[in-house]
Amino acid sequence: MSEQVVDKRRRRLLTLAAAAVTGVGAVYVAVPFLSSMQPSARAKAAGVPVEADISKLEPGQLIRVEWRGKPVWVLKRTDGALAELKTTEDKLRDADSNESEQPEYCKNEGRSIKKDIFVAVGICTHLGCSPTFRPEVAPEDLGPEWRGGFFCPCHGSAFDLAGRVHSGVPAPLNLVIPPHQYLTDSRILIGEDGEQSA
Amino acid sequence: MRKLILILSMFAVFQVHASSTGPELHAAKIDMTDKASLQRGAKYFVNYCISCHSAKQMRYSRVGQDLGISNELVQSNLMFNGENIFDGMNVAMTAKDGEKWFGVSPPDLSLIARSRGADWLYSYLTSFYIDEERPFGVDNLLFSKVGMPHVLADLQGMQKIVYKEVETDEGGVKQVFDRFELVKAGVMSEEEYQVAVNDLVAFMVYVGEPAKLERQAMGWKVLLFILGMTAVFYALKKDYWRDIH
Amino acid sequence: MSDTMKNALNWIDDRFPLTKVWNEHLAKYYAPKNFNWMYYFGSLAMLVLVNQIITGIFLTIHYKPDALLAFDSVEYIMRDVDWGWLIRYMHSTGASAFFIVVYLHMFRGLIYGSFRKPRELVWTFGMIIYVCLMAEAFMGYLLPWGQMSYWGAQVIVSLFGAIPYVGEDLALWLRGDYVISDATLNRFFAFHVIAIPLVLVILVFMHIVALHAVGSNNPDGIEIKKLKGADGIPLDGIPFHPYYSVKDLVGVGVFLFIFALIIFYMPEMGGYFLEHANFVPADPLKTPEHIAPVWYFTPFYAVLRAVPDKFLGVVAMAGAIVVLFLLPWLDKGINKSIRYRGPLFKKAIIAFVISFVMLGYFGMQPVTPVGTFFSRLFTLVYFAFFLLMPYYTRLDRDKELPVPERVTD
Repeated sequence: MSEQVVDKRRRRLLTLAAAAVTGVGAVYVAVPFLSSMQPSARAKAAGVPVEADISKLEPGQLIRVEWRGKPVWVLKRTDGALAELKTTEDKLRDADSNESEQPEYCKNEGRSIKKDIFVAVGICTHLGCSPTFRPEVAPEDLGPEWRGGFFCPCHGSAFDLAGRVHSGVPAPLNLVIPPHQYLTDSRILIGEDGEQSA
Repeated sequence: MRKLILILSMFAVFQVHASSTGPELHAAKIDMTDKASLQRGAKYFVNYCISCHSAKQMRYSRVGQDLGISNELVQSNLMFNGENIFDGMNVAMTAKDGEKWFGVSPPDLSLIARSRGADWLYSYLTSFYIDEERPFGVDNLLFSKVGMPHVLADLQGMQKIVYKEVETDEGGVKQVFDRFELVKAGVMSEEEYQVAVNDLVAFMVYVGEPAKLERQAMGWKVLLFILGMTAVFYALKKDYWRDIH
Repeated sequence: MSDTMKNALNWIDDRFPLTKVWNEHLAKYYAPKNFNWMYYFGSLAMLVLVNQIITGIFLTIHYKPDALLAFDSVEYIMRDVDWGWLIRYMHSTGASAFFIVVYLHMFRGLIYGSFRKPRELVWTFGMIIYVCLMAEAFMGYLLPWGQMSYWGAQVIVSLFGAIPYVGEDLALWLRGDYVISDATLNRFFAFHVIAIPLVLVILVFMHIVALHAVGSNNPDGIEIKKLKGADGIPLDGIPFHPYYSVKDLVGVGVFLFIFALIIFYMPEMGGYFLEHANFVPADPLKTPEHIAPVWYFTPFYAVLRAVPDKFLGVVAMAGAIVVLFLLPWLDKGINKSIRYRGPLFKKAIIAFVISFVMLGYFGMQPVTPVGTFFSRLFTLVYFAFFLLMPYYTRLDRDKELPVPERVTD
């Protein structure tokens, strides 16, 4: 090796530059690999809006439709059930749905476009189970306080018939209301509301 | 040096040999950045091809997105069977019907441009000629005994083959293809038809590999980055190797 | 280095020989200072191996090893998966790049005598890597389940049927069915994604351990360990790190440029890297008009077709690979590097390169009388290069040039 004096500053600078450019390159390479694990165009295609026919829906009846692989409930609430909504408000964590997820047009007392028709994603906001529909008032297993609603069998979270979460249960938020719109009086389009699709 | 000449002359022999098989292909002029051409091609495809041939790997939504057509326009101009916009370009006819009508089920065309090549497609679509003995009254110069009618006949019209005579090696005479001659005019002139076929083939090239648009658009940026990176590496190497010499 | 860093390193060194390994293989591994550009291909082969493993993992996330789904799942990767096309092209181009790099790496070893004593095992491990690589590439080529995948596998597996007595049973056992089928695809997938890569990684490790035990050869074919300074360091040696690590980076940059150029602008490489017929789904009822293996197999395929007998053709093809293993014991020359070898050896190398390239060319072409003639001729040249090597290298001894004491630049 020759005895030349090494310009240490220059060498340091070049090493840093090489490290930096390699680092940037590595990030550029990582992006495609990591994004390839995102939902593909096929998965997104499966997320297209679905229609639900509610012409035969009886008061008190609940139907399930699949949207993006998730259960979406369409429930026709009875007048009695609607009246119960007011009575339970003090037992709710987020009665006015300030923190919960719903389209602006459903941020009301019944969390719905039409008073009686309730549309919600049937997935518990705790850990993703699908709660059971328990419309009866004060059944034996749920106790005298129960005014009708949804009960999650996994971890005991409870929601009223507007999908609002009770206080003192593990679920943090009200059930999610998907964007939806009425194509006619008897047909609902779930997943798209005409203004902005979700 | 003599060795080199020998090797080169050997290659010359093979070249002659390789080019002597099959009819000559006409080069298609594909410009993937010409959105208008691709859009016209898409229109021809759904009007003339899709009643029998699918392109099932190609989603309508992707066509709209890549060719700059809104979903509404895709639905009104390209989709006729009430499919979902996210569906592939499927065909209404079943494979069974296809076999009954054409002898073979018409193949899916998603990847036809990749397996056959653009030039072949272009030449194929301009090489139908009248042959009364075939079930559909036409045959194809590139695809002898083809089971497909000339679906673009109302655009191109009908042409026949003009043969010329050449001497065979054995001293006899045989008839070979010389040129096509139009016997019934279509709605398009010859040039218009060539442009139309070129548009259609461009669309098929796109359908064969939609990512081509993306990769060609971004490739030079990647190359530029690598070039810069290599320059830094080279400077670093130079600096270190000053120690050695 | 700060004190905490030093303490941390000591803590690790007490439990794991980190500093020792670093020094032995990088910072105090003394490599000859006269490596030329042909010495880039070793590190590039490692780079491509890493590329294949990483892209391969991400492809298996989306690929389906099922005869009904495989073809469409590849198209799904090409169209629906974000960046799937890039990952797939990196993998398919990487396969060809692997062979280009490995062939050049082997050629460098051939002309500079890197296979000679004491590096016989380095060469042997390298050859086993090469054979594994061929198996890996062959099985991987079935996975897209196109026409070429299917019929290529059909032909190659049938080769095993040529072995006397056990051949047919062996081919049947390999396929797991009477034809190439879903069963074959599924097992090839298992071999391709886990079994062979695992073996490859272990072999690469052994290849490097063996190399570092004996030290690297160089374009002059001089053993640098013979001349050491007072400090015990070879006079012509320089630490691999940082000198060759920074030099190899330049090679990496140039390689990546070409690699990216192909991926972004010519991923099919005119049908050589991705064959046109493979864009047609596998059809067990219809053979494509012209079937040829991918370019990296075609020299051996030409040897196979040159022999007009099923069994002997397979023997010749296998033999063409086996003779490569024997190279360290066939060369009877004195000097290692072509720089100081006699004229016969130099001419033999030229004849060998021409025969290998031409066999590769004819292996791609349809069978013709001219092609068969030349395939036979070059098959003879190929084998003559190896089998006559003990004779012509001995004859050459008198004409070998004097080797300098120290390496030249």
